[in-house]
Amino acid sequence: MKVKLRNPDRVVEVTGPTTVQSLLAELQIVPEAVLVIRDATLLTRDEALTESDELEVRPVLSGGSGGSSKT
Amino acid sequence: MKCKVCKQHAVVDVRRHNAGFCRDHFITHIHNQVARTIKEFKMFEPDDRILVAVSGGKDSLALWDILLDLGYDATGFYLGLGIGGYSDRSQAAAVAYADARGAKLIVRSLAEEHGYTVPELSKLTKRVPCSGCGLNKRYEFNRAALEEGFEVLVTGHNLDDEVATLFGNVLHWNTDMLGRQAPVLEERIVGGTTSLVRKTKPLVRIAERESAAYALLKGIDYIVEECPLVEGNTQHRYKEAITLLEEASPGTKQQMYFGFLKRASSKFEGDAERAGLVACADCGASTMQPETGEPRCSFCRTKALALKRKHPEEA
Repeated sequence: MKVKLRNPDRVVEVTGPTTVQSLLAELQIVPEAVLVIRDATLLTRDEALTESDELEVRPVLSGGSGGSSKT
Repeated sequence: MKCKVCKQHAVVDVRRHNAGFCRDHFITHIHNQVARTIKEFKMFEPDDRILVAVSGGKDSLALWDILLDLGYDATGFYLGLGIGGYSDRSQAAAVAYADARGAKLIVRSLAEEHGYTVPELSKLTKRVPCSGCGLNKRYEFNRAALEEGFEVLVTGHNLDDEVATLFGNVLHWNTDMLGRQAPVLEERIVGGTTSLVRKTKPLVRIAERESAAYALLKGIDYIVEECPLVEGNTQHRYKEAITLLEEASPGTKQQMYFGFLKRASSKFEGDAERAGLVACADCGASTMQPETGEPRCSFCRTKALALKRKHPEEA
């Protein structure tokens, strides 16, 4: 399956079938730090994935100035 | 996984609540969480005029969307920071959301207001970009709220932001900052006029992953790319560390932040209040009373330094 990663944008190939949890473990990504998206909707950790899936793994942690200045 | 409300297929898992939600019930859950936070901390009233600081990112656009859905009179404020294409794309995201929603958006830029961009400011003052950026955003958000007559300024700080800030303040024992870390910062009056507008953070009960999920499920086209100047940012490193703890033990972030508010924050209030505030001699903003000379706020000092170095012939 094709998995789009962000910041920087790139695509990696991962062999299916698998689950979201196993996919993230294989990519060494902490599940709490990302959303996994398929066809414009979100997937939970237990969701099954097939070889033909096209996914996006989108990071959710933003940096920046923090403190009291965030927008 | 099934939705805890309707038992249909879940699209979001919220492990700290041991719950899964379908799209519609997740959106309702977030609305309820934010409404509860606004009420619990007495953030604002239904007839208050609210200025929402928006960056084009997920948190601020999600917050604006939630406040509009809840029926509040919420106007957006976007500040152009001049960070190349990143700023262009983030402004486009904010403008596109406002247009799609039919909401009012005020747009200003540092270059037009003060004559420099964030990258220029960093070079001229030799400060890290995030430091100058934060200082200028705080100043401009407050100035815009005061000039445009808003009762309250709201920002998209989420639970992860607050925990990362708390983590950093504890690591360095910044007791005055611990005394000021709260979901509501009350209006400050200096010399008989309001110098700091009331500031609130309605997303403090929402984790960063949840605000991103909300934005995506509502079809909000936020800017996903990270600011190019943020690499190596301390706040980001703290978030990564805390996320590992949350992954291993769901609920850690919530326990740390709300435990601090309930059991510890009042112990530091004295440290924050010791600083006597006076009006800046240049702009009137509140600032610390200096030991000698006229009081000048850190924004005016930084701006003066930057413009003196940018235009040495005028000095």
